[in-house]
Amino acid sequence: MSEEVKTKEPLFSAKNKKLIFNPLNKENPITVQVLGICSALAVTAKLEPAIVMSISVMAVLAFANVIISALRNTIPPRIRIIVQLVVVAALVILVDQVLKAFAYDVSKQLSVFVGLIITNCILMGRLEAFAMGNKPWPSFLDGIGNAAGYGIILIIIAFFRELLGSGTIFNYPVLEKIGLYSVGYKNNGMMILPPMALITVGIIIWVQRSRNKELIEDK
Amino acid sequence: MFTNRYIFTYAAIMVIVVAAILSFAATVLKPYQERNVRTEKIMDILKSVNIKTEKSNAEDIYNKYITEEFAIRPDGEVVSVYKTDTKSFEKGDVRPFEINMKIELSKQAALKSGKGTEKPVFPLYVCNHDNKTYYIIPLRGKGLWGPIWGNIALKDDFKTVYGVTFGHKGETPGLGAEIASEAFQKQFRDKTIFDDSYNFTSIKVVKGGAVTLPSDEQIHGVDAISGGTITSKGVSNMLKDCLENYVPYIKQQITN
Repeated sequence: MSEEVKTKEPLFSAKNKKLIFNPLNKENPITVQVLGICSALAVTAKLEPAIVMSISVMAVLAFANVIISALRNTIPPRIRIIVQLVVVAALVILVDQVLKAFAYDVSKQLSVFVGLIITNCILMGRLEAFAMGNKPWPSFLDGIGNAAGYGIILIIIAFFRELLGSGTIFNYPVLEKIGLYSVGYKNNGMMILPPMALITVGIIIWVQRSRNKELIEDK
Repeated sequence: MFTNRYIFTYAAIMVIVVAAILSFAATVLKPYQERNVRTEKIMDILKSVNIKTEKSNAEDIYNKYITEEFAIRPDGEVVSVYKTDTKSFEKGDVRPFEINMKIELSKQAALKSGKGTEKPVFPLYVCNHDNKTYYIIPLRGKGLWGPIWGNIALKDDFKTVYGVTFGHKGETPGLGAEIASEAFQKQFRDKTIFDDSYNFTSIKVVKGGAVTLPSDEQIHGVDAISGGTITSKGVSNMLKDCLENYVPYIKQQITN
């Protein structure tokens, strides 16, 4: 993972493409590395906050990766974690402030979880494992890829939780429109609570592993 | 390979640069953020008298229907009166809309326990809608996990509730958070905060339901939320603590 990319190569070489697409499936931060679970459970009751959260994480992770990667040869190893934390924290505060100014409703729903992006293990993991040893462009792609891997799971969970828990998609009452309530269907209130998010993550992991034999550990 | 001096200089420069960027961003974005908070407050106030607003027109509608703002001391003294149509003060110079309930309530608590001497002031909004006058009182209190707040609109007899809104910072979804739901807030309609001889009774949120109260008290009670006992109690206390500050003023108005 951490060897330098030496030779000149095209922007989207096979290697770089892998940086983006691997985290979506084989190296998914949530379902395979099991990182960032806390926020995945907390912000996925509705689709809108889940998407805003994914975009926020993507912005923070991509830029933190680029900044750390650009500075990587100047950062003294003894304080590298502190430097990484300061960069991430500064970006998170920026994102939080921007959301408060331009997406106030969503920022209220996300509440502390934007601030808690700082403690999201995916970020520190990528900075430490990738950005510290690679050039800015691959680091940028790695950031986008991992955030997308995180986001795609968030959005899948949020889709099912919103549909089954509130009967809506993007606050549009789908189930009411197709007339399910008139035949006696009721929303499952459990889906709104965090435990069902964990179970949904579990089901996603199950489906993913049964389709992808590489992920199954040897006994 | 990296000397101590390098490390300290590096850290110092990094901190200064980050601080500069963040304070710049905070300064630039502050007006937008304050406008959001303000708009939300306006929309909340108007919602308690059943006026639906959009973000874009909230301020205009507010100026149209909320005609006066009063700032009132708990002993009934009117500190200032602000007219929204002319944007001028009839009395005093404290814009009631800008009053911070949190600070005033802590002043009030300090005054009661003898720890403070500063007298609080509380806002009261007068709303004219469909040729009827409503009085809107803002509320603030404690829920289970954090602050809860709201607005209560009284009809012109100062005792019958026309509408309420509640909000909360982080009550449990499905339990305490239900105070923000339409179903809970609808219960307050036509309840009264005074009895027939204008003794202050407030409105109680009753565990087990308002029907368990004696029949003459049912008009001062609503059903609590199952599973949200502490939040429900918080709403009860909030109503009592906030409304009692207006009792002397209301009594003056009634006798006049």
